[in-house]
Amino acid sequence: MGVSIEVTGLNAWYGANHTLQDITLHIPANEATALIGPSGCGKSTFVRCLNRMHETNPIAKVTGDVKVGGMDIYSEISAVEVRRRIGMVFQRPNPFPTMSIYDNVASGLRLNGFRNRRVLDEVVERSLKHAALWDEVKDDLKKKSGASLSGGQQQRLCIARALAVDPEVLLMDEPASALDPVSTAKIEDLIFQLKSQYTIVIVTHNMQQAARVAERTGFFLNGKLVEFDTTHKIFTNPGDKRTEDYITGRFG
Amino acid sequence: MASRTNISKANRHWRWIANHLATGLAVLSTILVIAPLVAIFVYLLYKGASSLNWNFFTQLPAPVGEPGGGMVNAIIGSAVLLAVASLLGVPVGVAAGIYLSEFGRGGKLSNLVRFTADVLNGVPSIVMGIAVYSLIVLPEKSFSAFAGGVALGIMMVPTVTRTTEEMLLMVPNSIREAALGLGVPNWRSVLSITLRTASPGVITGCMLAFARVAGETAPLLFTAFGNPFSSVDLNRPIEALPLQIYLYAISPYDEWHRLAWAGALVLIVLIVVAVALVRFVTTRGVLKGAS
Repeated sequence: MGVSIEVTGLNAWYGANHTLQDITLHIPANEATALIGPSGCGKSTFVRCLNRMHETNPIAKVTGDVKVGGMDIYSEISAVEVRRRIGMVFQRPNPFPTMSIYDNVASGLRLNGFRNRRVLDEVVERSLKHAALWDEVKDDLKKKSGASLSGGQQQRLCIARALAVDPEVLLMDEPASALDPVSTAKIEDLIFQLKSQYTIVIVTHNMQQAARVAERTGFFLNGKLVEFDTTHKIFTNPGDKRTEDYITGRFG
Repeated sequence: MASRTNISKANRHWRWIANHLATGLAVLSTILVIAPLVAIFVYLLYKGASSLNWNFFTQLPAPVGEPGGGMVNAIIGSAVLLAVASLLGVPVGVAAGIYLSEFGRGGKLSNLVRFTADVLNGVPSIVMGIAVYSLIVLPEKSFSAFAGGVALGIMMVPTVTRTTEEMLLMVPNSIREAALGLGVPNWRSVLSITLRTASPGVITGCMLAFARVAGETAPLLFTAFGNPFSSVDLNRPIEALPLQIYLYAISPYDEWHRLAWAGALVLIVLIVVAVALVRFVTTRGVLKGAS
């Protein structure tokens, strides 16, 4: 089951660049929350702070509180443990090129020392079904490399790989921006189905996408969270002039 | 309209010439690269093949004046020396390469390691022999296969280190992020994901280093020293093909000259076979569409 995320006073830097300034928001469990905003506004940095990927960059720094399911991810558990519980799908599909489709999906469990063949088989099948990829790849699970699939299939493979470790939260950093419209629609359908079981945070450039998949939407601008509300409210009656300007296409 | 057609016609001619010129140059360069290798191999076959027979691989060298005899001691010796060198040079080199690319990026220590590796790569092989002579042979008071293997192993390290580093750097960062994002510990991600993705290139680097030291004579002169009898004892002197070839080639006897040619031919063939074997074994599991 998904859990809620409580962010309080989050600040992040890349070197001297203050990319996130004092972000406070509550992301409810088992919903899709979209983050929109122009390029460089800090929305990607924000999701990378939620699973502590931000700190893998040597010049990055972060302060503030992030509680996931009531647990402070910066003080109570290790970064590795955090990332096991909070899955991430990246902007460009990044399957492991030397691994088969099966091995890609099983990688998260295997690399953490899990070896039971029968359970792995089950997890792989369930994850691929969840990611709506099973029917397309079930015949060459172990024969084909993950890199041999099409871009849209690769991205669904990456989603299956993230689901296989059974996370509580799924972070998606512009998961459809490198895909064609058909593949994008499949990913959106998927988000729709997955949110009953996972808390989903999706960064997107595409405002229609946010409106289609998310219950709540946050608007970022220049490292600040300008507005956070239900998607309906943001797109029909935004409280801030800057949000209105952005969603009506006056800038960005 | 007419003038435009003329221009395009002239362009087309020029393109045809440029295209064929470039192709011709590329073919010529390829031939120039391959020619020495083919020439050496053909010459070795011509000079050495007649002295090759089963005895060459099974018998010890015959005394001067007696016909026949083989180089079984040198073949075994080279195998032992190269095994010791690889066991030493490959792990150290790969580990250093991993450090340079994955852990020490941009740090002072990694710059020092990189600089040292490049200098080590330029050290003449005879100097390596002298160094190991004073570090191992003198204290042990004996020439040994171990000392020879160490000398060759040290020579492998810089090549393996630098190619491992280069190959790891070519692995896109998104692959590392994918592994870390799954909650895989960093060390595990480096070994199981990054190194594995780079492994074809890393193996090529190891084979290059292997092939290079397989033909080295100078570092073995005062370390492995040579041994007219078959031996696999690491604490005793051992023969090696390059040493035996050197010894026979500078001798005044025609029979030995012929055997030296045969030895050189065997050395090259063995290197090619070893490299091909490693390639075959390591590419067996590659999947359809893997990059």
